[in-house]
Amino acid sequence: MTNIEVNTAMKLRTTKRHLREGLKNIFRNGWMTVAAVGAVTTTLLLVAAFLALMLNLNHMAGGLEEDVQIKALIDRTANEEQIQELGTTIEQIEGTESVAFSSSDEELNQLIEGMGEEGNTWQMFEQDNPLRHAYIVKATDPTDTEALASQINDLDNIQEVNYGQDVIHRLFQFNEYARTIGLVLIAGLVFTAIFLISNTIKLTIMARSREIGIMKLVGATNAFIRWPFFIEGMLHGVLGAIIPITVVLTGYYYLYNNLGDQITYSFVELLPFNPFAWQLSLIILLIGTFIGIWGSVMSVRKFLKV
Amino acid sequence: MINMTDVYKTYANGVTALNGIDINIEQGEFVYVVGPSGAGKSTFIRLIYREVKPTNGTIIINDTDLSTLKEKKVPFLRRDVGVIFQDFKLLPKLSVYENIAFALEVIEESPRNIRKRVMDVLELVGLKNKARFIPDELSGGEQQRVSIARAIVNQPKIVIADEPTGNLDPETSWGIMRVFEEINTRGTTIIMATHSKEIVNTVKKRVVAIEDGLIARDEHRGEYGYEA
Ligand SMILES: Nc1ncnc2c1ncn2[C@@H]1O[C@H](COP(=O)(O)OP(=O)(O)OP(=O)(O)O)[C@@H](O)[C@H]1O
Ligand SMILES: [Mg+2]
Repeated sequence: MTNIEVNTAMKLRTTKRHLREGLKNIFRNGWMTVAAVGAVTTTLLLVAAFLALMLNLNHMAGGLEEDVQIKALIDRTANEEQIQELGTTIEQIEGTESVAFSSSDEELNQLIEGMGEEGNTWQMFEQDNPLRHAYIVKATDPTDTEALASQINDLDNIQEVNYGQDVIHRLFQFNEYARTIGLVLIAGLVFTAIFLISNTIKLTIMARSREIGIMKLVGATNAFIRWPFFIEGMLHGVLGAIIPITVVLTGYYYLYNNLGDQITYSFVELLPFNPFAWQLSLIILLIGTFIGIWGSVMSVRKFLKV
Repeated sequence: MINMTDVYKTYANGVTALNGIDINIEQGEFVYVVGPSGAGKSTFIRLIYREVKPTNGTIIINDTDLSTLKEKKVPFLRRDVGVIFQDFKLLPKLSVYENIAFALEVIEESPRNIRKRVMDVLELVGLKNKARFIPDELSGGEQQRVSIARAIVNQPKIVIADEPTGNLDPETSWGIMRVFEEINTRGTTIIMATHSKEIVNTVKKRVVAIEDGLIARDEHRGEYGYEA
């Protein structure tokens, strides 16, 4: 065998040993392992629910934003020239993407069409149209809609501006609250999980302090001593991810197939199961592993002053 | 091999255990460290495998200056220094075989080498027939021999022992001395702290007497020199 082969064989054997030792510790610590894994599970369940909600809300808000347009109603007193002028002024405002004129007749037709059967009753207004001419304006960046609308509102000959302000505003606000509350909750849970993991591993370390002492005296490297504890922590994280991932995959599958059908409005589309549920699962697994490693690093650093 | 120059050791609690040690030990020597209780023998021994660091002075082991030795390299120093403790430091749940193999596993020796070396060393200390016993099923002398086996299984250049015959009956002590002499004739340096006048005066070797943290006497083929 060459030197490299010997080294690889050595590494493989050592890796196996560390995995075995880490796994043994999981069973040795019994209920403490259950508590640590349980904490990771709870954390990840919440992270999953929160992420699914947040990402879907963002997705919906995004869809909604795409459709957002400002309808600037023009004063009935404005003459043709003034209306023309108004159009150019709006076009020149920064952040305006497009401006389209919609006459009062077009507006009425749209209204009648939009109402379907009931619209017929409106047809009597065709002679005496109560609606106004309007400019339909789109913002380059949908989140600037509100600012743009208020600028247009300040122009002469504008009677009123509409852009579905309430829905958008509330959606954004809800998103923001959800994000803050979710982040605080998750941070708290992550720290609890890390604390429990590091405590569990401390138990292993203390129970095996004699063994560790002897390992040190016969020349084991620090890395060699530490690895099984990293493995133990990582396993806490990975085991804690099993239930949340199962819940994400099955739960989202049902949610997507049932809820997805019921809601027909185009803008409340859920993110498709594939790839979203898989991506979410991967994120959950990574966060779990990260929590596990962090927990073990915390305890190992303090307790293995080797 | 082992060289100490002007070595001082004051523990954190203010006790000064060593007060300016100068010594040179060559490869293959057999050295007794004697002296009254509290003189600093154990401290002297612990310096060699870097369990304690000197407050002052230079220590060179196998051409390595311990004062500049990086923390990361300490394990590799210890692979060259086998240590035998008075309290054996065996793992109670592992068999005799496993206890000895453990020392090779943690330095990532191959399984084939481990089996061969462990059996060889069990032969040397005369415990081949008890390989499967756990430490609790052994007498004190047998446990001590297991700890010797573990210290030498890696074929270190230096073996140090702090009162290895402390709690043992004379018969067992002589058995252990025979093992030491055997590995010494194979070229291993042996350093042994002891209170046994009988052993020192019978198996004549270099004697280093430490008193109040200083080397008071250093004689080849020396005598114990204290009342037992
Ligand atoms: N870890 C320690 N912390 C503080 N003081 C210590 C420590 N170890 C030893 N000492 C002190 O250092 C001095 C020398 O101790 P050491 O153990 O080296 O003596 P010794 O010669 O081995 O004694 P004995 O023959 O009883 O084993 C003693 O006064 C002891 O109290
Ligand atoms: Mg002592």
